Amino acid sequence: MKNNGNLSIFANGILKENPVLVLILGTCPTLATTTNVFGAFGMGIAALLVLVCSNFLISLLRKVIPNNVRIPCYIVIIAGFVTVVEMLVKAFLPALYELLGVYLALIVVNCIILGRAEMFASKNTVGKSVLDGLGMGIGFTLALCAMATIREVFGAASFAGIAIPFLADYKIEFLVKAPGGMVVYGLLIALVYVLTSGKAPQKKKFACTGCPGAEFCKPEACTMEKEEA
Amino acid sequence: MEVFKTLIVILLSSVLVNNYVLSRFLGICPFLGVSKKLNQAVGMGVSVTAVMLLATAVTWPIQYFVLDRFGLGYMQTIVFILIIAALVQMVEILLKKFSPSLHKGLGVYLPLITTNCAVLGVAINNITDGFNFVESIVSSLGCGLGFLLAMVLFSGIRSRIDESEVPRPFRGVAITLIAASFISLAFMGFAGIVDKLFA
Repeated sequence: MKNNGNLSIFANGILKENPVLVLILGTCPTLATTTNVFGAFGMGIAALLVLVCSNFLISLLRKVIPNNVRIPCYIVIIAGFVTVVEMLVKAFLPALYELLGVYLALIVVNCIILGRAEMFASKNTVGKSVLDGLGMGIGFTLALCAMATIREVFGAASFAGIAIPFLADYKIEFLVKAPGGMVVYGLLIALVYVLTSGKAPQKKKFACTGCPGAEFCKPEACTMEKEEA
Repeated sequence: MEVFKTLIVILLSSVLVNNYVLSRFLGICPFLGVSKKLNQAVGMGVSVTAVMLLATAVTWPIQYFVLDRFGLGYMQTIVFILIIAALVQMVEILLKKFSPSLHKGLGVYLPLITTNCAVLGVAINNITDGFNFVESIVSSLGCGLGFLLAMVLFSGIRSRIDESEVPRPFRGVAITLIAASFISLAFMGFAGIVDKLFA
């Protein structure tokens, strides 16, 4: 039984509560770094590392951190891990560092990480939090890679930088530009909805429920009315 | 004159060509979330612009006079996010104390801004682009105005979407993203406008 529970925590992040396609968190890196598979995979792994580490530490400290100042505490912990990851990437993968640029530092304000800290790690044991972080991180990476594959293969006729010759004449360059990213993302969300036949937990108030700010900002700011069922 | 030209180029390019929301995808969350009504969009846009200006005015000197001087460049991310969080909190407290009416209008948007990547993005980009202090301020103003412009334009489209019959799977975020892509497409038309302006 216990195993089963842990497994579902892990699997939740990958499919049922996929942070990108179902919870619609972390839209900025999703759109910005998916122009090629290499960048998307790097972004996913970087976020995964930060997510697992921050979930671990936050859940370890969940009884120590005073409730009133928890959000600033989380931000400091997350920013610390982001800095570590940033330095590692800069040292060992300079090409990836160039490619991701400012978005690597912006993992700090990625809603997925702060969101999971607030929604999961602050309430659960260390083991579960790490599993949740792993699941969410892998879900994030997979979604990013899926989007990047579509955009890169059809938009730039290559895969992770390797050219696909027979597609070269049929490039849809729109896809690797900014608007193309939004279209692909929108279509994928709709596709996931169809695949799960509407059973996936729909976001009631999107862009805000998962937002870590939602906890301490007043509801008026997020007055997205509920979508009809 | 040369200085003014540079500043105008920075301003225009950050409002139109490199619009933060529509071409760099920074601040997408509030763009999708708080753009449903015009007054909300304006409130959020104005708050973001104000916080961006303040954040740049504080982070720029800190980067050059503290972090760089003592070789602490790697602390940039942590220091900047803390500064922004503290600034937002301070602005909220000050507004509450001295201008309750303004606080009522903008206060609700302020906490959301801490985790808005556009603000941190502007602060970091100003440093990476090597702007001087005045240029940084102008570029933040441009980014803020660009954000406001995108929000206001989009709130108009959002209200039209609400009235239309959208296929079930596309309802909600999906159709919003696709609509946003059209605005982004329209903004792509501005590419090159700034270079040609002074050519």
